Amino acid sequence: MTTPAGLKFLKSHEWARTESDGTVTIGISDHAQNALGDLVFVDVPEVGKTLTAGVACAVVESVKAASDVYSPVSGEVVANNDALQATPELINTDPYGAGWIARIRPSNAAEIAKLLDAVAYDQVVAAEAH
Amino acid sequence: MHEKLIFEHSRTGRTATAQFPAAEAADIPAGLRRSKRPLLPEVSELQAVRHFTRLSQLNFSIDTHFYPLGSCTMKYNPRACNTLAMLPEFLSRHPYAPAATGQGFLGCLYELQDMLRDVTGMQGVSLTPMAGAQGEFAGVAMIRAYHQARGDLARVEIIVPDAAHGTNPATATMCGCKVVEIPSLPNGDIDIDALKRVVGPATAGIMLTNPSTLGVFERRIAEVAGIVHDAGGLLYYDGANLNAILGKVRPGDMGFDVIHMNLHKTFSTPHGGGGPGSGAVGVGKRLLPFMPIPVVGKEGNQYRWLTEKDLPQSIGRLSGFMGNAGVLLRAYIYMRMLGRAGMQRVSEYATLNANYLLARLKAAGFDAAYSDRRASHEFIITLKRQSKELGVSAMDFAKRLLDHGFHAPTTYFPLLVPECLLIEPTETEAKEELDAFVEAMIAILAEAGTDPDKLHSAPHTLPVRRLDDVRAAKQLDLTWKAAQA
Amino acid sequence: MPFIPHTDTDVRDMLATIGVPSIDALFDEIPASLRGASLAGVPEALTEMDIARLMQERATQDGKPLNFIGAGAYEHHIPAAVWSIVTRGEFYSAYTPYQAEASQGTLQLLYEYQTMIASLTGMQVANASLYDGASAVAEAALMAVRAHRRSTSARILMPTTLNPIYRQVTRAIAGNQSLNFEMLPYVPGSGTTDATALDKWKGQDVTALVIQQPNFFGQLEDVDALTDWAHANGALVIAVVNPTSLALLKPPGEWGQKGVDIVVGEGQPLGVPLAGGGPYFGFMTTRMEHVRQMPGRIVGRTLDLDGKPGFTLTLQAREQHIRRTKATSNICTNQGLLVTAATIYLSIVGPEGLERVAAASQSRTRELVEALTKIRGVRAVFSGPRFHEAVLTLDRPVEPVLEALAAQGIVGGYSLAEHYPELGNALLVCATETRNSNDIARYAAALASLLN
Repeated sequence: MTTPAGLKFLKSHEWARTESDGTVTIGISDHAQNALGDLVFVDVPEVGKTLTAGVACAVVESVKAASDVYSPVSGEVVANNDALQATPELINTDPYGAGWIARIRPSNAAEIAKLLDAVAYDQVVAAEAH
Repeated sequence: MHEKLIFEHSRTGRTATAQFPAAEAADIPAGLRRSKRPLLPEVSELQAVRHFTRLSQLNFSIDTHFYPLGSCTMKYNPRACNTLAMLPEFLSRHPYAPAATGQGFLGCLYELQDMLRDVTGMQGVSLTPMAGAQGEFAGVAMIRAYHQARGDLARVEIIVPDAAHGTNPATATMCGCKVVEIPSLPNGDIDIDALKRVVGPATAGIMLTNPSTLGVFERRIAEVAGIVHDAGGLLYYDGANLNAILGKVRPGDMGFDVIHMNLHKTFSTPHGGGGPGSGAVGVGKRLLPFMPIPVVGKEGNQYRWLTEKDLPQSIGRLSGFMGNAGVLLRAYIYMRMLGRAGMQRVSEYATLNANYLLARLKAAGFDAAYSDRRASHEFIITLKRQSKELGVSAMDFAKRLLDHGFHAPTTYFPLLVPECLLIEPTETEAKEELDAFVEAMIAILAEAGTDPDKLHSAPHTLPVRRLDDVRAAKQLDLTWKAAQA
Repeated sequence: MPFIPHTDTDVRDMLATIGVPSIDALFDEIPASLRGASLAGVPEALTEMDIARLMQERATQDGKPLNFIGAGAYEHHIPAAVWSIVTRGEFYSAYTPYQAEASQGTLQLLYEYQTMIASLTGMQVANASLYDGASAVAEAALMAVRAHRRSTSARILMPTTLNPIYRQVTRAIAGNQSLNFEMLPYVPGSGTTDATALDKWKGQDVTALVIQQPNFFGQLEDVDALTDWAHANGALVIAVVNPTSLALLKPPGEWGQKGVDIVVGEGQPLGVPLAGGGPYFGFMTTRMEHVRQMPGRIVGRTLDLDGKPGFTLTLQAREQHIRRTKATSNICTNQGLLVTAATIYLSIVGPEGLERVAAASQSRTRELVEALTKIRGVRAVFSGPRFHEAVLTLDRPVEPVLEALAAQGIVGGYSLAEHYPELGNALLVCATETRNSNDIARYAAALASLLN
């Protein structure tokens, strides 16, 4: 799967997408879901919770691993992906679409700019493979 | 072979209760009474005996199969240890019965403390922790208590090698400490430079296994001890691999301040399908006041429990009574049967078996993870090459070994060696058994070349085929419900 | 050589294969300066015959006194079939079922156990065991802090009627993680938790309330009111229960309007011998919504490649080997063999048998209290309903009396002097179904002659 050009990334494999209403949708990358394997559980952040960039806000769990999801931006959770409760595999099948984790109203727009773009993120992934 | 659930044998009104007298409970207010019976089976005694006997036959065990599970020391559990620990007088002893009525029992525990102290080179032993992880907890809690008693409150970091067992970091967290990981060198030794960089005024201690979980002896252990001690930290020895060095070198002589022993590994108490374990701790002089209670003491020729009155700085109690007392008796009997010379033979023949198995597997075309190192009582084979060339994984090998009648080695641990099998034969296996295991590995390797699907879909001859772990975790079915019948 | 099968020829061949001259050469990576311990403290080996004689002598020295102590460990009859199956090598000498396909016996048994203990406690899910009842309370307190996402106080209310050793163990294990334990006093007349003491915590952030039923004194708490108070105040409820009593008593899953959140207890009464204090096992059950916060192994039923049902360890991402510093607990090896005993015990006694054990124990204790309180200088301290234990006071210090009874082969009770000095010369006694009228009469006669 090619990394969507419009998204921003953390080195720790989370993505962020700024929506037209100014909110930011977050999720984990295709590379991350692939490394984890079949997901069996996702703990999404509660609506209304205040997140800090770089701090764990969700947990994704497969049979053999569990991994914290770090929030790419600071702000308040305005929506979370309820469908992941029953179908965590959405992250495996559609990590950048139906497998989104939460939507955040960012409190500091400058944070987005500091994230990696798709090209830089692909380089991080390539470097890890060595 | 399939055995129904016990509940599926159940019929309302069927009992096996002839041995219990009927009685009437009085004085219990209606509001506190149970209104609906619990879901317990109603079966005859024969049905229960047959059901559980059949279930037992679905297991691999040391008594039935070679069980080379690395890091677990699956050695023979002598039957005498069980029989003698289950003498009726020992079984009927209430833990709070006066010490005067338990001098025989307490004497065994007291002598066990002495023997364990001697084989580990420590100054004191507490038998109370109930498993290795609880022994680790006791150890780290003592290290914390030691620093706190000196007013050195900044020491909250526990250093752990990246190859450590998961209980090490989990234990440090439970003790309220912060974990600092250090890497291993390509030859399996600790990265001394990395260690030097992380030690400092926040260092509470380091947790080490030696030989390490990589199956090799940490050669620069004296230097490691010096660095940590000079920085003001203490050294914790995880006794998971004590079988490798028993009677050869003592943790106390290597510079460790505290150690836990897995009596269910080195001292041959049974693993019981997942416990009971026993994680006795030994301490150096500095930690003596902090040992968990109770400890068995001796005054004149009388044994008694030492409690908080005797050890006011103790980290406290970790169990309701006296740890896994019956396990301690088994370890005592085992040590007395082995005696002084037998202790040394344990590590000698465990090491001989491991190195022999390693030599034969290498000759058969398998890759040792640390090929220029001597194996301790265990060693790591990495199937990274076979995984790339033949598309078979360590898991496939493990599952196919089951078809050959061998329990699989530990797989995917330690985490930093890809596609690994951690193999520990123990001293109680005969050469013929090791040879048969090698033959099975050779056959599987050949099969991986000709029919890899046979490996992917293994096991083929067990009561069930490979189980769907993803389904198990996603569609949680943790208790039986009558409606499912 | 004991337990080592190697012949001289084997050793020679093996060394040749390895390419070293001697076994000692295999230790060449250990620095010589570290070697050479003498092991002077380990005696010479004994033969099996000699160790058997030694252990027999020590057992005989200890004897089999007539026991009237409970205090957390109870002498019940264990059907002979239980331990004859438990000690089968296939259960006794297997390990944690990491290779599920080669461990279906242990795994299916654990699934059956989880079903039984969940139903007995009235909860939805159970783990495969913890070390013992005391450490299970500590794990429950830590779990409550994780599970209660809105509470930030980590404040746990513990009644003084909770087993005092359980309180100590909980502090020792959970105390390093900044939990705050607050004590609740008991009502002197009834020996049950003083509900008015809860007023102090009304409206405050409380993480969990612990309730032991029957409590350490053997008295029955008003569990419905306590549970409802906690839930009304936003706290979780941790029940600490005796599994035998649950054949008669309302299960914690039904306490109050909603039932409790976490249940723990000592599993020893279910087919595990007293054995001087262990090994026993702790049990833990909870609601499905908290399952990911549970410590310890959990077994689930799933399907194999052919679609056939089978059993495996599941939800392992909670555990130390995957989650490391963020695991729900450091527990790894637990008490599998004791759970094996409990599962076989519960299958053989069944619901009817467990009720009989519970009722007979309650009735024997009543008989014991009646017999002992007829003696001048002995009286029952608390009124109100109880299960199978009772607090008595004597007209003189308890310890010398207990020692004198022990000299006559009677273990007469547990002194409360250390943990409840306010009760004076108090003694906790217990009789289970294993004590008959002659036993009780013998105890009463011995005590009467000591006191009068």
